[in-house]
Amino acid sequence: MPVTTLNGKAVNVNEEGFLTEYDEWDEDLAKVLAEQIGIELTDAHWKVIRFLREDFKTQGETPTTRRVQTVAGIPVKEQFVLFPKKPGKKMSYIAGLPKPHGCV
Amino acid sequence: MTTTDTTPIVPSFDDDDTDRKLAIICSKGNLDMAYPGLILGNAALGEGVETHLFFTFWGFDMIIKSRMNHLQFSPAGNAAMHLPGSDLHMPQALAPAMTGMATKMLKKQIADLGVPEVPDFLDLIAAAGGHLWACRLSADMFKVTQADLRDDVEGIISAADFIEKTAGAQLLFI
Repeated sequence: MPVTTLNGKAVNVNEEGFLTEYDEWDEDLAKVLAEQIGIELTDAHWKVIRFLREDFKTQGETPTTRRVQTVAGIPVKEQFVLFPKKPGKKMSYIAGLPKPHGCV
Repeated sequence: MTTTDTTPIVPSFDDDDTDRKLAIICSKGNLDMAYPGLILGNAALGEGVETHLFFTFWGFDMIIKSRMNHLQFSPAGNAAMHLPGSDLHMPQALAPAMTGMATKMLKKQIADLGVPEVPDFLDLIAAAGGHLWACRLSADMFKVTQADLRDDVEGIISAADFIEKTAGAQLLFI
């Protein structure tokens, strides 16, 4: 697995660029990650990102867009607006988590 | 092996793949056959793929408001039906009488995986920007009008219209 430099520090990522170490992420890094994929983080984005972080911690896996809707109450439609086209991947990338594995 | 790179590795989220289009023809109204199209359509939308679902023949039961909550699963004619966690075959002679129980069991298994019921799943697909279309010939045959269908069905269209709308799409027939 490669190590890359983000926000002036070395972080472990996979071959696609997703962070592989939960604890190497912080909110400043999230801003950098978001910027790299053309997203400016608003409060609405943070609500999703923070839910993803918390849910991963308790569930051990990245929630799917469906779970973000049912558990965090953020409609899928809104998720597509916040993280256009590929919400599942984009939100997990910014949250420093693996892509969701669930099918639904 | 570990390599250090000073140029950040950024996933290519908006690559050319997002020009992909997927057309799914849903022609079955059995509970088990409703899901493949829904799961694949939903996955495609999550990958930024423009997705169209065309409901035809028995697939109409997925979008008719009075029926979409009552899809059933029958083990009859399904030689691959086993009891969960077992290789034992369900005797086919018993299968026709077991639709109710088999439906209940399948619904529970689906719910346990966190997968929504068919109407909720279609809500999800519509919210993700998926397009739902109904087949003109089936509507005429079943004497169904737009008023009988889910509100998010964009129209009752001919096969030719659907082919035109999905020019260049990959196509799945289920």
